[in-house]
Amino acid sequence: MHADTTVTSKKAAALAAFEGIASEPGVPKPDPILVIEKVVRRFGGLTAVDVDHVEVQRGSITALIGPNGAGKTTFFNQLTGFDTADEGSWTFNGKPLRGVPAHRVARNGMVRTFQLTKALSKLTVMENMRLGAQNQRGENFFRALIPSSWRGQEDEITERAEELLERFKLAAKRDDFAGSLSGGQRKLLEMARALMVGPELVMLDEPMAGVNPALTQSLLGHVKDLREEGMTVLFVEHDMDMVRDISDWVIVMAQGAVIAEGPPDTIMSDNRVIDAYLGAHHDAPMSAEEAEEQLQEAEAELEAEIEEKA
Amino acid sequence: MFGMAGDPPAMSQIEGAPLRRAVIAFTAFLGGLVLLLASPAWAEGEALKGTLQNQGQPVNGVKISVVAEDGSPVAAVTTGADGTWEVPVSKAGKYKVTLDQKTLPSGVGLKFKDKGTLDVQVYEGNQRNVLFALAPAGQQNGGNASGETTASVWDRVAQLTFEGFNLGLIIALAAMGLSLVFGTTGLTNFAHGELLTLGAMAAYLFNAVLGVPLILSAVIAVVIGGAFGYLQDRFFWGQLRKRGSSLVAMMIISIGLALFLRYIFLFLFGGESRPFAEFNAQPGIQVGPISAAPKNFIAMGVELAVLVIVGVALLKTRTGKAARAVADNPALAASSGINVERVIQIIWTVGGAVAALAGVMLGLAQNINYQMGFQILLLVFAGVTLGGLGTAFGALVGSLVVGLFIQLSTLVVPTELKTVGALLVLILVMLFRPQGILGRRERIG
Amino acid sequence: MDWNTIFVTTVKASIGLETVVYALAAIGVNIQFGYAGLLNFGQAAFLGVAAYGLAVIVSTFGLSFWLGIVVGLAATVVLAFLLGIPTLRLRADYLAIVTIAAAEIVRLVFRSVAFKDVFGGSDGRQNFSGDFYAMNPYAPGSYGIGPIKFDERTTWVLTVGWILIALSCVLVYLLMKSPWGRVLKAIREDEDAVRSLGKNVFSYKMQALVLGGVIGCLGGFIFGLGQASIQPDLFGTEFTFYAYTIVILGGAARVFSPVVGAAIFWVLLVFVGNTLSEAVGAGVFGSAITVTQVGSVRFILVGLGLMLLLIFRPQGIFGDKREIALDAR
Repeated sequence: MHADTTVTSKKAAALAAFEGIASEPGVPKPDPILVIEKVVRRFGGLTAVDVDHVEVQRGSITALIGPNGAGKTTFFNQLTGFDTADEGSWTFNGKPLRGVPAHRVARNGMVRTFQLTKALSKLTVMENMRLGAQNQRGENFFRALIPSSWRGQEDEITERAEELLERFKLAAKRDDFAGSLSGGQRKLLEMARALMVGPELVMLDEPMAGVNPALTQSLLGHVKDLREEGMTVLFVEHDMDMVRDISDWVIVMAQGAVIAEGPPDTIMSDNRVIDAYLGAHHDAPMSAEEAEEQLQEAEAELEAEIEEKA
Repeated sequence: MFGMAGDPPAMSQIEGAPLRRAVIAFTAFLGGLVLLLASPAWAEGEALKGTLQNQGQPVNGVKISVVAEDGSPVAAVTTGADGTWEVPVSKAGKYKVTLDQKTLPSGVGLKFKDKGTLDVQVYEGNQRNVLFALAPAGQQNGGNASGETTASVWDRVAQLTFEGFNLGLIIALAAMGLSLVFGTTGLTNFAHGELLTLGAMAAYLFNAVLGVPLILSAVIAVVIGGAFGYLQDRFFWGQLRKRGSSLVAMMIISIGLALFLRYIFLFLFGGESRPFAEFNAQPGIQVGPISAAPKNFIAMGVELAVLVIVGVALLKTRTGKAARAVADNPALAASSGINVERVIQIIWTVGGAVAALAGVMLGLAQNINYQMGFQILLLVFAGVTLGGLGTAFGALVGSLVVGLFIQLSTLVVPTELKTVGALLVLILVMLFRPQGILGRRERIG
Repeated sequence: MDWNTIFVTTVKASIGLETVVYALAAIGVNIQFGYAGLLNFGQAAFLGVAAYGLAVIVSTFGLSFWLGIVVGLAATVVLAFLLGIPTLRLRADYLAIVTIAAAEIVRLVFRSVAFKDVFGGSDGRQNFSGDFYAMNPYAPGSYGIGPIKFDERTTWVLTVGWILIALSCVLVYLLMKSPWGRVLKAIREDEDAVRSLGKNVFSYKMQALVLGGVIGCLGGFIFGLGQASIQPDLFGTEFTFYAYTIVILGGAARVFSPVVGAAIFWVLLVFVGNTLSEAVGAGVFGSAITVTQVGSVRFILVGLGLMLLLIFRPQGIFGDKREIALDAR
C-alpha cells in the first residue's frame, strides 16, 4: 500500500520531534498544534477535568490514556466545543477556541469522532460521506432550490467520497443504510466521514471500543495512515496495550488531571501510571461518574455484540 | 440523561401478537368504563347563571350563593376565570342570589350597593341569567359609596396567596405522577390530564348520580384512578416499552390517547360544567384576612397530607428510594438490581391515584367538565419543568410556585390573562434554566 | 339514510376548504417534524398569527389586503424566531412543551377582552376578505362535475389553495433532494454528529421552523378567507394535533403524504360524521347516541386512529419503514 520509506520518514520525523523531551506532565513541544492551559470542568461538587497544561505535537499520533472515569471523554468534549469548560483556555494553530461552538471547531480543522458511534443510520453510507464535505453550495437554502448550482460540486464530493470508501473497504456498502453496518464498519465509516471534512487534527474517542480483534488491526492501520498524510491524531483509549503499537507520544490522565507524559515504551513503566491504573481498578471506590462511564462502556460492548449477532 | 444505547429494534422483529392482545384488552377496559358511565341519563335542568364583568373585564373568584325560597341553602360557587358562574337548581321556584362583596377584587364594587342580594324566579326548564352590575370603587351609586372601603392590598395579597396555594397543591398532586413517569420512562405524557378528568368524573358518577357521599365517592375515584394507572402501564405503555417504541412515538401516542379519552368524556358527560352534589352551599368563613369556604381548607389539608405521605414514602420506603433511583438513572438502577418495571408499575398506580384525587379536588374548586384535565395540563407541565423534569420534589416546589404566580399575577394583569403569565414563566425557565429549580445540569457524553 | 348526500359531501371534503387548510399546515409540520425532527406543537399559532395579521390590518385598521398578507407573513417569521431562538437548543420534548405553551399564549391573547379592540375577543374578526373575492375570476354560478359542485367563491378559494399546495410540494421536493435537505435529515437523527461535521445545526433548525411556519401560515390565510371570518378558538392545540395525525397518516418525510393524509383524514371525518348523523336521525341506535354526541364520536376515532397508526404502522401510508422519523429522541 504505502512505500516503506514514507512510513519510516513520517514516523521517524514524529519520533525525532519528541527526541530529548522530558517525560513530565505539561512539557512543551517543538511545534504544538494544540496548546491547552488550565482547563477545568466541574459537575456539581465533582471536578471531572482539571488539566494544567498540555501540548499536542503537530504531525504525531498522541494517545490520551487513563483508567475509567479519568475524564478523558469529558476533556474531549471541552476541547471540541460539545460542552463548556468552567475555566481555562486552549488554542488550535494559535487560534483561541474557548467558547467556540462545535461546528466552528470542526470547520477550523479539528474534527472528532464519538465513543458511541454516531453513524447516521437512516442515511445511506454515501450520504453520510457527502455530509462531511465543507462549503457545499447546495447546503444554502436558496441555492438548494437550483440544482444546477450545486450538481457539479456534488459530483466532485461523490468522487472524493468514493476514493475514501474504497480505502476503508466500504465501497460495496455505498448505497446501504448506515444502520445496516456492523459495529466495526460504523467506526470505519465515522472515521472516513471525518476525513471528508478535511481535518488537520483528528480526534478519535476510543476508536477501538466495541470492535472485534480482526478489525482492530485494520483500524490501527488507518490511524497510522492519517499521520502519513500529514494529519495530527489525538485519540482516547483506556487499554494501554493498544496504545503501545501506534502512538508516538502518550499523555496519561487520572482523576481529571494529566499525571504523566512520555514515549509509549517508557510511560508504561512509570510508577505514577501504574499507581493510577491499579489504584483506580482495585482500591478507590467508584465515583458516580466512573460508574456511569463503565456503564456506557458496557452498553457499547453490548451494542456491538447485538450487532454482530444481527 | 435518559440513556438507552443503540437503536430501538426494528418493528418487524417484535412479535405483534401479545401487543395486539394488550391493546384489545385495554380497549375493552375502556369500553367497559363507557358502559358503566353511560347508563344514567343526565337531564338538562333548571339553573341560575351569569357572567360577572367590570368594565368589560371578567371578574373571577367572587363567591355567589343561592338560597331557596324556604331559606335552605342550594349552592355557593365562585366565578371562573371568564367571570362566569352557574348554579343548577333542582326545581323551578323563587331563589335568593347573594354576591359576597368581600370576595370582590380590590377597586371593584357593586354599582348599586343595595343590590347585593337579588330575588329571582326560575321557570320550568329555564336557565335564568342573573346580573350583578359592577363598577370601579368610587363610581358606585346608592348606599354609602365611600363608607365601606374595599380590602387593602395586603388583605388581597393574603387572599390570593391562599388561593395560589390551593391551586398549587392541586397542580402538585397532578405533577407528582407526571414527573415520576417522565423520570422513569422518559414519557412526556400528554394524556396525564385525562387522569384528573377521570377522577373527577368517577367521583361525580358516584356522588351526583348514584348518591354516594362525596368523601366515599372520592375514595372510590382514587381507587379507580390507581387501577386505571396500573392497567394503562401494564397493558399499554409497558407493552410499548417492551417493543422498543421511541420516546417521540410514545409522546404522540399519548396525544392520541388524550384525544380518545377526552372525547369519550364529552360523549358521556356532555359539554357543560357540573358541580358535585355536596359542599356547594358552604358559606365562606373568615380566617384572618382570608375568606374561603370550609371545604377549601379541608381540601388543602387533604392535599398537603397526601403530598407529605407520598414525599415521606419516596424518602423512607424501599420502593420510594428505588423509584427515585430509577428516575435519576434507569440504566444504573437496573444494573444495581432494582426491578425497574415493577417500580414503574407502582409509580403509574400511585400516580394515577394521586391524579384522580387532584381531579376530585379540582372538581370541588371549579366544577367538572370534560376538558378540565386538559386545561390544567399545561400548568402541570409548567410546574414540572419549573421544578426540573423527572424530580419528584422539584415538581412539588415548581407546582406551588406556578399556583402562587398565577393567582398573585392577577394583582397586575387582567384575570383572563393570568395563565399567560404562568406559561411565559415556563418558557423563560426553559430559556435560562432548562434543568429547573432543583434539577442538575446534564452531562454530555 | 340519504346515501346520496353522504357521498356528495364526502367527495367534496376530499378537496374542500378544511383539506386545503390542513394540508398546508401539515406540509409545514412535515418539514419541521418529518424531515428535521423538530416537535413544533405550536403550528396552530403560526396559522393564527397569519390569519389575524391579515384580518387586523384589513378590518381593524382598514388598510389594504396585500399589506395584510405581508404583515401576516412577517408575523409568522417573527413568531418563528421568538419561538426558535430560545427553544431550538433544547431537547425534542422540551421544545414540544414550550411551543404548545406559546401557542396557548397566542390564542389567549387573541381572545382576551383586554385586546378586544384589536383582535375582536372571542368573536374574532370579519370583513377582511372583500378584496380577495373582488379578484375572483370566476363568474357567479356553480362549478364542478355532476353533483359535486362549489359556488364561485369557494371555487376561487380552492383554486388558490390548491395552487399554493402544489407550489409548496415543489419547494419541498427540490429542497429535500438537495444537500440542504440532507443536512436536515441528518439533524433529525443525531445533532451532535452533524455538529462534529462543521454544520451550524441551530441555523438549519431555524430555517426549517421558519419554512414550516410560513407554509403553514398560507393555510391560515386560506382558512380566514374561505370562512370570511376568524375566531381565536379555531387555532387551539387540537388543530396542531390533527395536523400531526395527518402527517403520520400519510407517512412522515414524504413530499405528498401531508396532502394525501389531509384528504383521507377529512374524507373519513366527514363520512363518519354524516353517516352517524343520518343513522342517529333514522333511529338506528335507538337512544344510545344523540346527534350532539356524533361530534365526539368522530374525535374518539381520531384519537384511536392516531394511537393505532403509531403502534402498528408508524411509517403511515407512504412512508419508508427504514426511514421513519419517529425514532428521533
